[in-house]
Amino acid sequence: MSREVSPPLDRRGFLKLSALAGGGLMLAHYLRAAGSARDEIAKPTQERERGGFTPSVFLSIAPDGEVTIFSARPEVGQGIRTSLPMVVAEELGADWRRVKVVPAPLNPAYGQQVAGGSTSTPNSYLPMRRVGAAARTMLIGAAAGGWGVPPGECRAEGGFVHHGASGRSADFGSLAAAAAQLPVPDEKGLVLKDPADFKLLGTRVGGVDNPAIVTGKPLFGIDLVLPEMLYAVYERCPVWGGRVRKANLEHVKSLPGVREAFVVNEASAKVTGLVPGVAIVARSTWEAIRARKQLQVSWEEEPFAESSWEKFAAEAKALFDRGPMEEIRRDGDLDRAFSGAAKVVQADYAHAFISHANLEPQNCTARVQGDRAEFWAPTQNPADGQAAVAAYLGIPPAQLTVHITRIGGGFGRRLHSDFMLEAAAIARRVAAPVKLTWTREDDLRHDHFRPGGFHRLRGAVDAAGRLSAWSGQQAYFDQGLGADTFPGRFVPAYLLRTAKLDNGIPMGPWRAPGSCTHAFVAGSFLDELAHAAGRDPVAFALELFDSRAVVPGTGPKGVPYDAPRMRGVIALAAEKSGWGRPLPRGRGMGLGFYFCHQGYVAEVAEVTVSRGGDLAVERVVAAVDVGSQIVNLSGAEAQVQGAVIDGLSAAWRQELDIQRGRVPQSNFHEYALLRLPAAPKAIDIHFLKTDHPPTGLGEPALPPLAPAVANAVFAATGIRIRQLPFSRTSLAWL
Amino acid sequence: MSTHTLNVNGKTLSVEAAPDTPLLWVLRDQLGLVGTKFGCGIGQCGACTVHLDGTPARSCVTRVSATAQRKITTIEGLSADGSHPLQEAWCELDVPQCGYCQAGQIMTAAALLSRKPRPSDGDIDEAMSGILCRCGTYLRIRSGIHRASEKAARTKGPT
Repeated sequence: MSREVSPPLDRRGFLKLSALAGGGLMLAHYLRAAGSARDEIAKPTQERERGGFTPSVFLSIAPDGEVTIFSARPEVGQGIRTSLPMVVAEELGADWRRVKVVPAPLNPAYGQQVAGGSTSTPNSYLPMRRVGAAARTMLIGAAAGGWGVPPGECRAEGGFVHHGASGRSADFGSLAAAAAQLPVPDEKGLVLKDPADFKLLGTRVGGVDNPAIVTGKPLFGIDLVLPEMLYAVYERCPVWGGRVRKANLEHVKSLPGVREAFVVNEASAKVTGLVPGVAIVARSTWEAIRARKQLQVSWEEEPFAESSWEKFAAEAKALFDRGPMEEIRRDGDLDRAFSGAAKVVQADYAHAFISHANLEPQNCTARVQGDRAEFWAPTQNPADGQAAVAAYLGIPPAQLTVHITRIGGGFGRRLHSDFMLEAAAIARRVAAPVKLTWTREDDLRHDHFRPGGFHRLRGAVDAAGRLSAWSGQQAYFDQGLGADTFPGRFVPAYLLRTAKLDNGIPMGPWRAPGSCTHAFVAGSFLDELAHAAGRDPVAFALELFDSRAVVPGTGPKGVPYDAPRMRGVIALAAEKSGWGRPLPRGRGMGLGFYFCHQGYVAEVAEVTVSRGGDLAVERVVAAVDVGSQIVNLSGAEAQVQGAVIDGLSAAWRQELDIQRGRVPQSNFHEYALLRLPAAPKAIDIHFLKTDHPPTGLGEPALPPLAPAVANAVFAATGIRIRQLPFSRTSLAWL
Repeated sequence: MSTHTLNVNGKTLSVEAAPDTPLLWVLRDQLGLVGTKFGCGIGQCGACTVHLDGTPARSCVTRVSATAQRKITTIEGLSADGSHPLQEAWCELDVPQCGYCQAGQIMTAAALLSRKPRPSDGDIDEAMSGILCRCGTYLRIRSGIHRASEKAARTKGPT
């Protein structure tokens, strides 16, 4: 709908204004450094988040005063379609009730259109303030000019410009045409609001799509219906990397409702791209699903057909015992620290593969006609999909329109574009629009999994009960640990070594990639060392950050670690949770904390464990430092609540096995997501506001949850959990 | 293929479908009622929950042939204008995150409230345990049901 108003990319101007035909005002915030790293956005690491991406929006004000804000970033449930427009509206002085939020099309003029890495808030907060401030300046200029008063005597609020001395006011709509004639203020001269005067930011604002969600309106990719549309399913080789040898296509084509059935034996270079398979295209989703039950395919399953979790575990053990492993970081004199230690602890940890399990199964609707194509996709990364599909179809990206739909859960899975490539492979052979829908079985078995992993840890405390040495080994499938991984930089004698396990498994970012599992490993082992030293775990943790300021990162991409900020959230979580009060056996409190995605979060879990080993999480207290300003309090609290519940769900029972190169689990009866009765009874959230720019909340509140609960279980029972999911460990303590 | 006469959201409709077609796909692909969601296809996640004669049912495992003579209500038919107390409470408390499961949550909660207008937390746990929320909105779902219950009680007045 907004294609007509998307201007051409202009790298010279920062803010550009144009008059709308109807007399309204449109403000375009341009991209100065376009082309920022389409490939990089698929890898939401902390290093890249610090890069200088500059997003962009359009803002228009109609003559009737309605403010339209174009929301450029995909909405996965993180609330970005509400929060970033709130930032524009705040600076503008708009009446939120008269703001309409419209999804923007995919267009380089909008800059980075990605939902990933908790980057939207840190990268867009200031630019969105400037968009609102520039428009406000111009509306005030128009009003002041008309009244013959100095602009400095006017203010914008509630959709009006007011002049206090004369009592005059004019609504934005009546000023829009005049404002459009004014020069765009220079970015450097823009005056931003004093946050103390914020009226909208920091309040609780409901999601802009809520009324449509609760009445069942079509919003999601899977809801799309086009005239003459056909419906497709796609059978992939159960062993990753396999190819089709032959299939009973003629029989499948004869089944009711089936229009086409064909083999796709093309494959992307990466296992996370297009994979070979058999497509069935039918008149309805059900007819495609039903026909698939009679599909028989003979596969070439090499070369990973024999891989299994047990074999990987044995390889990891051999690597830990004999190497070779790569040294990632070494500090201090380990031999001396260990030989002089008061206590030495060694333990092996492991975490299973899990799925993203987005509740909206992967899907994509595509229409391919000659050298033009149109796609509708619930993608976190539409520009990546556009580039990948255009390359696959051999057409210029500009001739491929991608519509960004609302997304039924992202969690990182939809940063990859495999489902769009599959839709392209199918739609190019069908003379009608096609909607490809994955089944849940497809999704669990062909997810781009959160990698499993194996760890061997050795740590020491000195005679004063302080952490004195830490030696970690990691055997990883993907996402190996880096030099700045905690507790690196905070232990006098420290060694980290890693080795990659050869595998063909498709993997990808899963909410707080790397951090989501490593927080459990490091946070649990730290708790082991605290107990070995006979110390209180909170005091033991706080001591790590004592007399440290901002600890610099390692190398050019290193991320600084702000020790006082971490100290602050640990102390706050301990205080608000009533840490240290005596609890009966079977009830316990545990601390988890982690820094990632620019956010500092500490969580204290309070659990009960029955003698028979039934776990209940009574309460989680979260202390969160994501800077000076919470944008939407409701959305921010929702992200923390969601991260706590998602973190618990993932840690408690989620587990995908690997046998004969495939995942044996098929659907939710074999893959247990957390259900309402098992959710924590209370989640208390405390935002610690510090003088730092606001940062994102999609991810950083998740990693601390697993160690907090595991450490609480230890406090309650004396049972140490060293594997994810928790359900691998019996918690009976009779 | 056979012809099925269905009563959906108060309207009588005729559809052509094989008798084993799940009601879910008739609603979504044939009737354009896409508020009812596909999540698992085996009755495990509850995203596809509709009412059959006022009782929650998993439309993904309900054959269309079993729904003749029954009143089918989907999220689109829960109220004419989004004014069901649950729909209002969901907006007031900003319950949805991604929103994909919420039709199933609301339909299940609506059946609970019509059976038990003032449910306890235990009643809610029991009634809602079959509906997965992947984003983790469970605490707000619980609050939303209590809020809707209070709203409905206020509307009706003291009894």
